[in-house]
Amino acid sequence: MHEAFVEKYARTGHLPTIWCPGCGLGTAMRILMRALADLEIDPGRLVVVSGIGCSSRMVGYLDCNTVHTTHGRALAVATGIKLARPELTVVAAMGDGDAASIGGNHLIHAARRNLDITTLVLNNSIYGMTSGQTSPMTPHEAVTTTAPLGNLEHKFHLCDMVRGAGATYIARASTYHHMLAGRLLKEALRHRGFAFVELLTQCPVYFGRFNRMSNPSDMLRWLRDNAVKYVPGQEKELRDEQFYIGELFRDETKIDYGELLRQLRELVRSREAKGS
Amino acid sequence: MAHTVLLQGNEACAEGAVYAGCRFYGGYPITPSSEIAEYLSRRLPLVGGTFVQMEDEIASIASVIGASMAGVKAMTATSGPGFSLMQENLDLAAVTETPVVIVNSMRGGPSTGLPTATGQGDLMQARWGSHSDHPVVALAPAGAQEMFDLTVRAFNIAEHLRLPVVLLPEAVVSHIREAVRIPDAGEMEVIERHQPESYDGGRFFKRNEHGLAFPPTLGGGFHPHYTGLAHAEDGFPTSDPETAGKFIEGLNLKVAANVELLTDYEAEAVDDAELILASFGVTGRACQHVARILREQGRRVGYFRPRILWPFPEARLRELSRTARAFLVAELNLGQMRLEVERVVCGRARVVGLHKVDGTMLEIDEVLAAASEVPADA
Repeated sequence: MHEAFVEKYARTGHLPTIWCPGCGLGTAMRILMRALADLEIDPGRLVVVSGIGCSSRMVGYLDCNTVHTTHGRALAVATGIKLARPELTVVAAMGDGDAASIGGNHLIHAARRNLDITTLVLNNSIYGMTSGQTSPMTPHEAVTTTAPLGNLEHKFHLCDMVRGAGATYIARASTYHHMLAGRLLKEALRHRGFAFVELLTQCPVYFGRFNRMSNPSDMLRWLRDNAVKYVPGQEKELRDEQFYIGELFRDETKIDYGELLRQLRELVRSREAKGS
Repeated sequence: MAHTVLLQGNEACAEGAVYAGCRFYGGYPITPSSEIAEYLSRRLPLVGGTFVQMEDEIASIASVIGASMAGVKAMTATSGPGFSLMQENLDLAAVTETPVVIVNSMRGGPSTGLPTATGQGDLMQARWGSHSDHPVVALAPAGAQEMFDLTVRAFNIAEHLRLPVVLLPEAVVSHIREAVRIPDAGEMEVIERHQPESYDGGRFFKRNEHGLAFPPTLGGGFHPHYTGLAHAEDGFPTSDPETAGKFIEGLNLKVAANVELLTDYEAEAVDDAELILASFGVTGRACQHVARILREQGRRVGYFRPRILWPFPEARLRELSRTARAFLVAELNLGQMRLEVERVVCGRARVVGLHKVDGTMLEIDEVLAAASEVPADA
């Protein structure tokens, strides 16, 4: 028997998942389901949209309205869903390659529009589904199947990027910090506007194995040891594998795109009524 | 109330979309399609709809698919370079059986090509632009009235068969200004989204006796799973060869199974014609005119123009190839429709091409000269 919130939000008949032993995505899915349960979100009114990659397979296991789209396009599809049916709760769940590389443009503009969508980026620092190639969020010097002597590039600070683009809620945690992750995700789901949560997860098979962390617990320790609690005003220089955790930004004053659109419809209709 | 107004082709298309119940437009500016976006940005909010300018054409079609999955009729419009970008998600719409309408206003040439000039070079792309075997329907309007009528038709076909429908006007048809009759509400058929009340054991993608599946809308009371992966009738991915094969064949067979609904052409004086002038879009209008001139001169010449290009009207064309001696295929590309006519005619009649790719239209004189050159004993 599963716990009640799992029975409610998981397609239990489709379990077990395709994820490798030790993968963090099961933990991430549990964090998401727990947050949905705590907020009593009706699965019939919930749409979870994903792209392509290990984490994007999560939607197949969630018992609600789910859409597994093309690589990188989850937020573009989610934009259509949310604008067409504003009453639905829309969550976009993507991997780091999905969100930061092939879907980077969609992430920028979904944030800029301040759409009322909760975006969950499951960052395992690697392309796991295709067996371990460098992602835009692979730390500098980490070893991958396409950077056998270490990554020449530096990782993408996606939270900073969406801040510049216009997101109105931004937070980061990891599967090691699962209690914090749950609290932040609930804040994100409650937030009216574009809410962005980056959740670092462990991929012991395709990231850890090449970087002397093939044991999942080594990877969890890596997540623990590189996390730096975010305190506003006390920012410091971080090494490439380090990351801030906690709520990074919040703006409750900016009106979300859907609401602006609703106001626009009212305006043009009242103008036409006066004109005729 | 029904009324006749002077409209640009693109405006007529936008009005047709609103008539057909389109309430979502996601698009990206590109010549010669932009007037559709501009018009709908004013028009849609008035009818409670949504206009959103997306960041590129990939996002445009993706947003349209999302809106349609959520139960709202949706459309995007673009031109060649944007249509190329849309190919990735065009077959996502096909595979998830999501009705969408894509207007591809054809410019001249490959790549950036001739952005403000006309062409008909995307005929094959409309059919085969996305990878692998997927169903798609394409319509070719020849003027502003057909921009209205065929846009309504495009939405109806998309809803009926649950697939992407491409409207393929040339730049000239997008920009032509002609009188357009806007019918009364209810005068033209409008097919609404069909959602069964129940699904047999959660098999949301199970086909009926016509080969059609009607998966539920998001937030419509069920918990559907949509995926671009090959899937079983329940919507969940599978790589079982039997199920995957059945899925891909079933997806493509739904066009063949409904081909009578998808056959629409304009034909004139073809029954006794020795020479048939075949074309599509506005180029067809020149052919029609030339066929009439030659008839008056006593030559047995007919005219044939598919309004629905894909599926290609092969049954009728095959019939005609048994009586006609020659086909002159006139088009603004290097032989894309000619190839299709050759395939269907299969050597029973001579097939001659008249092709032009300089961004200008085929003039009546040019068609007349080419038709006169086809030997009478061909």
